[in-house]
Amino acid sequence: MTTAPVEKSMPWKPARLSHTAVFWMAFCVVMALLIVAPLVLPPFWRRFLTEVLIWGLLAMSSDLLIGYTGIVSFGHSAFFGLGMYGAAGALLAVKPPNLWLAILFGLGGAAGAALFVAYFSTRLRDIYFAITTLIFSQIFYVIIFTWTAVTGGENGLIFSRPHLSVPFLYDARFTPTSLHWFVLTVVTGSYLILRRVTQSPFGMVLQSIRENEARTRAIGYPVQRYKIVAVMLSGLFAGLAGVLYALQNEFAAPDFVYFITSGDTVIFNVIGGIGTLVGPIVGAGFFQLMRELLSRWFGDQFPYLIPLGVVFIVMIIFLPQGLLGFARRWLNR
Amino acid sequence: MHTIAQFLQAIPFDVVIIQTVNGVITGLILALVASGLTLILGILDVVNFAHGELLMLGAYVGVVVIAATGSFWLGLLASAIVVAIFGAVLQIVTLRPLIGRDPLNTILVTFGVSLILQNYALWQFGPIERKIPEPINAHFEMFYLQYPWYRIMIAALSAAIIGGFWLYLKHGKFGIWIRATSQDRVMAQAMGIPVPWVYTGVFAIGSAMAAASGVLFGPLGGVSHTMGLDWVLRAFIVVVVGGMGNLAGSIAAAIFISLLEAYASIWVDPSQAVIVSFVVLILTLLFRPTGLFASAPR
Repeated sequence: MTTAPVEKSMPWKPARLSHTAVFWMAFCVVMALLIVAPLVLPPFWRRFLTEVLIWGLLAMSSDLLIGYTGIVSFGHSAFFGLGMYGAAGALLAVKPPNLWLAILFGLGGAAGAALFVAYFSTRLRDIYFAITTLIFSQIFYVIIFTWTAVTGGENGLIFSRPHLSVPFLYDARFTPTSLHWFVLTVVTGSYLILRRVTQSPFGMVLQSIRENEARTRAIGYPVQRYKIVAVMLSGLFAGLAGVLYALQNEFAAPDFVYFITSGDTVIFNVIGGIGTLVGPIVGAGFFQLMRELLSRWFGDQFPYLIPLGVVFIVMIIFLPQGLLGFARRWLNR
Repeated sequence: MHTIAQFLQAIPFDVVIIQTVNGVITGLILALVASGLTLILGILDVVNFAHGELLMLGAYVGVVVIAATGSFWLGLLASAIVVAIFGAVLQIVTLRPLIGRDPLNTILVTFGVSLILQNYALWQFGPIERKIPEPINAHFEMFYLQYPWYRIMIAALSAAIIGGFWLYLKHGKFGIWIRATSQDRVMAQAMGIPVPWVYTGVFAIGSAMAAASGVLFGPLGGVSHTMGLDWVLRAFIVVVVGGMGNLAGSIAAAIFISLLEAYASIWVDPSQAVIVSFVVLILTLLFRPTGLFASAPR
């Protein structure tokens, strides 16, 4: 994989400010916009933005594998779905429903799935990894779809949203705005953690696996163990996205464990720009926006995935860096 | 011991034999799908995510041609030819620019193609399942069943296509080119074999095999826009279990897995019988990651 142009070729970069200062200023501006957004946007677009953030978190978690470790996971729907079902289970089983318990259960479910998938899939090299993650996610789909007694089968599970509560301090119903802020907090926190991870020595080893797996192994790193940890970490964040999605929509459905979700995740990554962490969120936003606009212009029946699929293919062939590829090196410093 | 004896007595042997026949038949169709996939994988080093959608496209072409002409055989032939041409164009447009890039790109591109084809089929033909009428209506008696000859014919035809292709690989000029390319790409090019066209040809042949299996399977299971993922998933399992890029291994694995699934569906629902092939996959990955039927690693 080639790298983006170096930052010297970016004329708009202020000469005197350090990279860190510019990065955090940009970060604050984007954050300010996202914080104010729910107060000014109409309800539909507020909900839309919240969902884009959740899909963005899912895509970002997958970017840790595609962009930084160089292995494509086609099984992120399993982690996302188990996050959803874990949260649903906690909310239905425990009275009164507790937000933090839901998150804990969701993460637990996703971690279990991730451990299973990681242990087996990482035995195989790149393309076979993609295939086996897909097959394993279908195992979870079949189990969830057919185990009607526990998962509700085709109908899924419906529950009510828990209160936003901090023990002893705060307890209130979620409003659409506070839900947006909650999602924003979680997604931002995840971004900062993932960014830290990719810059840590651990993240460096992952990137070295991406660049040259054989050499990384020769230097003495236990490559498979690193990959397992990477898949598990990625699965945890995907599960977190699943929990948020369950909270937002108050249901868990087997459709989200199906392969389509994994496919969308990969598309978000490629369109937005792999190996940037921010790119996948942009890609998710672009994808959902195009989908919305296309079905508004041409009607609900319009197969929006055909033009988006063409865009996807053209981007892989001619613009493999994605929309944010030009800023890749700058974002990763 | 007592429970085991009871269990053995509870096995209905006539059902087991019927399921054996069923398993071998689906196994041979699966082998036809998987050998196209394996061929493309072994020679182009491309995991063709769109293989299931090529199968689906072939089935739909079959539906249209059979509805227009009323001849099953014409439908089969037309479907194989149309999808072969489509596959060749697909390879030239989307895969040729990616030669020499990271193999991950080819998975992504074929995934995009599968997405487009699937949504096109949904848009064009709607969500309702189509049926292909059986070309032969004769039955023969097997225990308590009237077993259709058509199923036997599919198995024979699949085996014939695979066998014919095998012979072509051994003796045909293009077949020898294919084998030369798979053994040593650079040397083959040096010997004057047009390697890029071998790639295109292999992709076209693989597509035609997928299309043929789509039409052959049509009368058994119906044609719908979602049939592709189902098949490609099973074909992927077969490819991994059979040893990657190993043609004989995948044929053996296809029959093996289909038999296991057929036996499992004596006791559980067919949708849960899939789990058996997942278990086979997991065990293979645990104990023989190079594939159950792989010869010594090259």
